[in-house]
Amino acid sequence: MKDERLTERSVDMKDIKIAARGVQVYYGDTHAIKDVDVEIQDKTVTAFIGPSGCGKSTFLRCLNRMNDTIDSARVEGDIRLDGEDIYDPRVDPVQLRARVGMVFQKPNPFPKSIYDNVAYGPKIHGMARNKADLDDIVERALRRAALWDEAKDRLQAPGTGLSGGQQQRLCIARAVATEPEVLLMDEPCSALDPIATDQVENLIHELRQNYSVVIVTHSMQQAARVSQKTAFFHLGHLVEYGETGQIFTNPRDTRTESYITGRIG
Amino acid sequence: MPLLWLVLTVLALAAAGFFVARQRALASAGGEARKLHSLPSYYGFNAVILTIAPAMALIAIWAMAEPTLIEWRVSGAIPESVAADPGARSLIMADVRRIAEGLNTAVEQGALTAEQARDIGGNIAEVRAQLAELGILLGSDVQPEVLEAAQSYRALGTTGNTALTVLALLLAIGGFAIAVMKSDSDFRARNSVERGVLTILVAAASIAILTTVGIVLSMVFETWSFFGMYSWTEFFFGLEWAPQFHGGSELGLLPLLWGTLYISFIALLFSVPVGLFAAIYLAEYAGRKTRAIAKPMIEILAGIPTIVYGLFALITVGPLLRDYFAEPLGFGTSASSVMTAGLVMGIMLIPFVSSLSDDIIGAVPQSLRDGSLGVGATKSETIKKVVLPAALPGIVGAVLLAASRAIGETMIVVLGAGASAQLDLNPFEAMTTVTVKIVGQLTGDTDFSSAETLVAFALGFTLFVITLGLNVLALYIVRRYREQYE
Ligand SMILES: Nc1ncnc2c1ncn2[C@@H]1O[C@H](COP(=O)(O)OP(=O)(O)O)[C@@H](O)[C@H]1O
Ligand SMILES: [Mg+2]
Repeated sequence: MKDERLTERSVDMKDIKIAARGVQVYYGDTHAIKDVDVEIQDKTVTAFIGPSGCGKSTFLRCLNRMNDTIDSARVEGDIRLDGEDIYDPRVDPVQLRARVGMVFQKPNPFPKSIYDNVAYGPKIHGMARNKADLDDIVERALRRAALWDEAKDRLQAPGTGLSGGQQQRLCIARAVATEPEVLLMDEPCSALDPIATDQVENLIHELRQNYSVVIVTHSMQQAARVSQKTAFFHLGHLVEYGETGQIFTNPRDTRTESYITGRIG
Repeated sequence: MPLLWLVLTVLALAAAGFFVARQRALASAGGEARKLHSLPSYYGFNAVILTIAPAMALIAIWAMAEPTLIEWRVSGAIPESVAADPGARSLIMADVRRIAEGLNTAVEQGALTAEQARDIGGNIAEVRAQLAELGILLGSDVQPEVLEAAQSYRALGTTGNTALTVLALLLAIGGFAIAVMKSDSDFRARNSVERGVLTILVAAASIAILTTVGIVLSMVFETWSFFGMYSWTEFFFGLEWAPQFHGGSELGLLPLLWGTLYISFIALLFSVPVGLFAAIYLAEYAGRKTRAIAKPMIEILAGIPTIVYGLFALITVGPLLRDYFAEPLGFGTSASSVMTAGLVMGIMLIPFVSSLSDDIIGAVPQSLRDGSLGVGATKSETIKKVVLPAALPGIVGAVLLAASRAIGETMIVVLGAGASAQLDLNPFEAMTTVTVKIVGQLTGDTDFSSAETLVAFALGFTLFVITLGLNVLALYIVRRYREQYE
């Protein structure tokens, strides 16, 4: 009891960026997310861990309404971004996705030039007044994604021609180019080699200065390295949510403990 | 032995081989299938393959080569005095074939005995009477040499048939014997069958390729002899298409090519946007139920025979366009027009474009759509800026394939655009295409040594080269696009 009040107080100390209450997700008859409550803090890296099929991606996709693009998916409950209900009919999901960017499991650069990949979002949202403005935005995004040095001489080369790690950083640049407030990353390193993984992890550290980052990961070491908060999902339930250090060293729930020690997987 | 009986005998032998070889293999293992190297039926199939394959290959090769060989021998034996030039020679050979076949029929029907048929030579009048009874009429000037040639034609046919029968049966029996003798428990029948299957598959593939080569070669030869009679510059650059029966024809390709390209252009102008938009709707927007109904409905269009489209053009679209567009706008009074044929051909091509484009759009990875939606693009922005550009090479390929179909289409043009060759810009004017004129030059009385007939081959060959080029280009583009997502 005491511990819980302590964590709650520490949550209160930072701004809450996203607050989810009683979220349920159904795919047709499958109940994929069961009554999940979670509060995601600003300027913090939050990791979602759990065995595969437990609903991490599904829940992540609720946060920018990407589930709307799946016909069979149905979301219930209340999710607020800065206190505003994102499932309110007045909210435009398209605008929301510019504020809550997303990086996917497999690098998915468009078959366009590096420049056009990064400029894609800003162009759609009319963020640049002129070409020079757009150039600035592209440069800033590429610098944030730590890709500028490698890409500055080949901005017109196709994005699909980059290495896997570079492609993933390009996708991160594409996501940050629209100046999102939250960045959702679904297993961003699962298709990358250890060196590229390392680069992306360093990047996540930097991104935390400006954004709230939510990362789904299969690797507990990665969660421990990059995140301050960790949420453990199991069979559609949010089993435990707390400080990363506490989850890994002193889990309260036996299921969390079993997972962390490798008994469920 | 007649061919059918020969084939049946070989098949019967093969069937027997199956059981004998299987039995022998089993017996060699003391009746225990587990001691055999392969399953018992493999020994049987091995015998079947060894019996059938060589014999059938021989029969097939013979069937293809025999007529040419006999023709060549007999034709070579006809003296110069009778057949002065190649044209006369080929006419005489036609007579030789008719007489030979007539005599064969006479023997089959019992009107003549085999000896009578063989000895009938010398008396032309008698032969004529005999054959007339059977409904075979000969020209008036049949010479003794021709009759002689016909007899040797028959004799060669009979000898050849006997030789073939003996050889084929020997091959079949030999294969049978080898297979049966080899069938013991150590023989690797399974591997042997594997090789046999490979041989059969390779043979099938070769037949497909050889036929293509054969078609192309025959086109090339005929085209070549056409250009021996008619200047190629006049053919390729002539502005006039006016074949005459008695020489002096103008056989210019350009009016026909213009008609072909103009009609195809209108067909594509209509079918590409409609087909593409239909494909986008089906691939990106339609729900599963709509798709399950709409896709087959569109594809039904592809199953309608082109002659039916032609009737639709002739009876419905042509008069409609004339009454509501051409006449009021002062474009002419013709119901057959480039517009009619183009529109109807466009309808025909819609399912072609839409189903190919649908597949191509479907092949664009979902992750690209997610990436675009994930930065806040709408669905139509995503389609316009990501899906279509990614699918573009494939769509271009689909359009080129549609174009090559449009260029080769005949029926719709005959009924929709008419048959008058002209160079005109007015789309409500009757025009015609290369394919229609090919049909035109080859129907009715044809003389395969005149430029007016042979031009059909030159036209066909030109068309073939154009569509082949388009197809190669299309395949190249489609393939390049496939590699893009690797
Ligand atoms: N598009 C979908 N349609 C139907 N069921 C889905 C779909 N996506 C995920 N699911 C189901 O939802 C559950 C959670 O999946 P997911 O969120 O992808 O798990 P995780 O990312 O944790 O591995 C799984 O049982 C999965 O089968
Ligand atoms: Mg997942």
